[in-house]
Amino acid sequence: MLKGLIGLLAGAVALAQPAAAQTPDPVLIRTAVLRVDDPGLPPISRLDLEPADLGFAGARLAIEDNDTTGRFMGQDFEAVEVAASPQTAAAEMGKLLDDGIEFIVLLADDATTLALADQAGDRAMVINARARGDNLRGADCRYNTIHVAPSRAMLADGLAQFLMWKNWPRWFLIHGSHPQDQAMADAYRRSAAKFGAQIVEEREYVDTGGARRTDSGHVQVQAQLPVFTQRAAQHDIVITADEADVFAAYLPYLTWDPRPVAGSAGLVPRSWHPAMEAWGGTQFQNRFERLANRPIREEDYQAWLSLRIVGEAATRTQSGDPKVLKEFILSDRFDVAGFKGQALTVRAWDHQVRQPILLTTGVLTTSVSPQDQYLHQTSQLDTLGIDGPETECQFP
Amino acid sequence: MKHLLCSATAVAVLALAGPALANRVFVTNERSNDVTVLDGETMEVIGTYPVGNRPRGITISPDGTELYVCASDDDLVRVFDPNTMEELHTLPSGPDPELFVLHPSGNPLYIANEDDNLVTVVDVKTHRVLAEIPVGVEPEGMGVSPDGRVVINTSETTNMAHFIDTETYEITANVLVDSRPRFAQFTADGSKLYVTSEIGGTVSVIDPATQQITKKITFEIPGVLPEAIQPVAARVTSDGKKLYVALGPANRVAVIDAQTDEVIDYLLVGQRVWQMAFNPDETYLYTTNGNSNDVSIIDVARDEVVRSVQVGQQPWGVVVAPN
Repeated sequence: MLKGLIGLLAGAVALAQPAAAQTPDPVLIRTAVLRVDDPGLPPISRLDLEPADLGFAGARLAIEDNDTTGRFMGQDFEAVEVAASPQTAAAEMGKLLDDGIEFIVLLADDATTLALADQAGDRAMVINARARGDNLRGADCRYNTIHVAPSRAMLADGLAQFLMWKNWPRWFLIHGSHPQDQAMADAYRRSAAKFGAQIVEEREYVDTGGARRTDSGHVQVQAQLPVFTQRAAQHDIVITADEADVFAAYLPYLTWDPRPVAGSAGLVPRSWHPAMEAWGGTQFQNRFERLANRPIREEDYQAWLSLRIVGEAATRTQSGDPKVLKEFILSDRFDVAGFKGQALTVRAWDHQVRQPILLTTGVLTTSVSPQDQYLHQTSQLDTLGIDGPETECQFP
Repeated sequence: MKHLLCSATAVAVLALAGPALANRVFVTNERSNDVTVLDGETMEVIGTYPVGNRPRGITISPDGTELYVCASDDDLVRVFDPNTMEELHTLPSGPDPELFVLHPSGNPLYIANEDDNLVTVVDVKTHRVLAEIPVGVEPEGMGVSPDGRVVINTSETTNMAHFIDTETYEITANVLVDSRPRFAQFTADGSKLYVTSEIGGTVSVIDPATQQITKKITFEIPGVLPEAIQPVAARVTSDGKKLYVALGPANRVAVIDAQTDEVIDYLLVGQRVWQMAFNPDETYLYTTNGNSNDVSIIDVARDEVVRSVQVGQQPWGVVVAPN
């Protein structure tokens, strides 16, 4: 049935709009968005509380966008939305696979993403829209997974390029005590070596469980942080690696020395920001806000881009056959637009989506990396993250 | 340059007696919410006038009596007297109007609603909406065939040029082009349609009769990163000999032999060159340069940039009054 329809559509570059009676049933392209929610503590700031439709809202916009194009192509897109806990994630993944869905967008942490990707095996393409782990693109890479979320190495490199352009090479690195904080600190150490910055001092802020949104929290924090940052070696900037969201947001204005803060607070490297207006971004923000009634988050952008990749492949190949789409996405003919001023493509060596990194403050995009001075023999975007010659990923 | 200035004084005097409007250049400034008016003879700024919020697309009636401005954030088209720059009335446009094109007869106006996946057709006399045509995601570029029978809309996220029949308002064909199609321009004889793709970095040459892409023009500029080459506006001389393509952040305008569709030259202009317009006798081409807040003026016979003129903040669209 499906095959016959694809045959009808193939080669129809200029599709005349046929009368309603002659319109064949559109080809259905099925996808899913699986979000694994970690029941952790709430964020430091209530402005960062996660909305219930985190990621799903971005996916809905992508389905709208894909369907609008699909009207002209005879294609119809759907995304099943599943919110799971770490305990139920494998069972939910199993259901989606048994249902025959071959494109599964994952919003999960590093370890869960890896486990679910292995569970999917060759039954589905996994599109990682949240996990940043460099190991997922390195030693633990999986051929069935593409990474729309930027890696920690890309985020760190994006910030490092800007700081070198600013001539702020002396970094005071403060990282948290959680594994993901350590991983981010590793990424900053690597970036410093790559771009010639010096980490002049390193400290660990141990999460002892206090000071989080309690009534007296800000009083304690105000007393603790200046002392914590006292007598550091001469530095230009404080770099924070606090993915667990324990301390970094408190640091600006509370450091002992008057220095700017970047990393997990202050100037933050991201894939997307709700104030981004360049490259057609305004229209994208408007469309999202009208649909979701809130400003967009990175997870929404990443889920949107994940499903736009599937939609773009379906448009370009004029096919709804998952095998055809997967092959095309992983070929060197594939690119997709993502409101970042240039075509986004997939790195052959680790399946990471190449993309500019936004450097953002609370209300604005301050800069976008790669910075102009950092050149590359193939794509300037490959100055961000792990390049082909240095990858530890070995696909079969 | 010198003779330009000398003749300019003479023309300025003449202008008092003759039609004041002829050859006047109107530039929308997206961030300063105004229109800068240049004298096309002296190439000097005559004045700056507020025109509503986030003005982008701009065009003028064939008789030169009405100037139309897409006030994107006001969700309407504002209509001005080009002589006085007084607002005459507004036209309903649908949400977030970005670019539009007038039927060659001067009516109606076809408007791309970027936020709403629609093309809105508005009667400029009765001020009524005649039709709303659903198109792809983020409609942007608008072109009209010289005989007025076909309107082209490009949709930036769907990546298609939609052919719209101006009688029935039906879409008759959809041509898939490269990423983020921005602009659609027919040759004066209607034999070719050019569609620019900003992210794809190409210009598709389409045969309007068969709706097939016959060629893709690509660009290569030594010392400029391929990603920075982002074709936006396209304008072709009415003799069909030369095509100019604005290349956005490459800060160049490509000159293309429109017979062979081969690139001849690249002209350095201001930063993020966006839209373009010829003066009536096609001796000059004006480009808006969004990041350097100026307009570059290209001598069409010599293919040289002869002047740049500072305008408002983030200049976007440009139109020149007819003779």
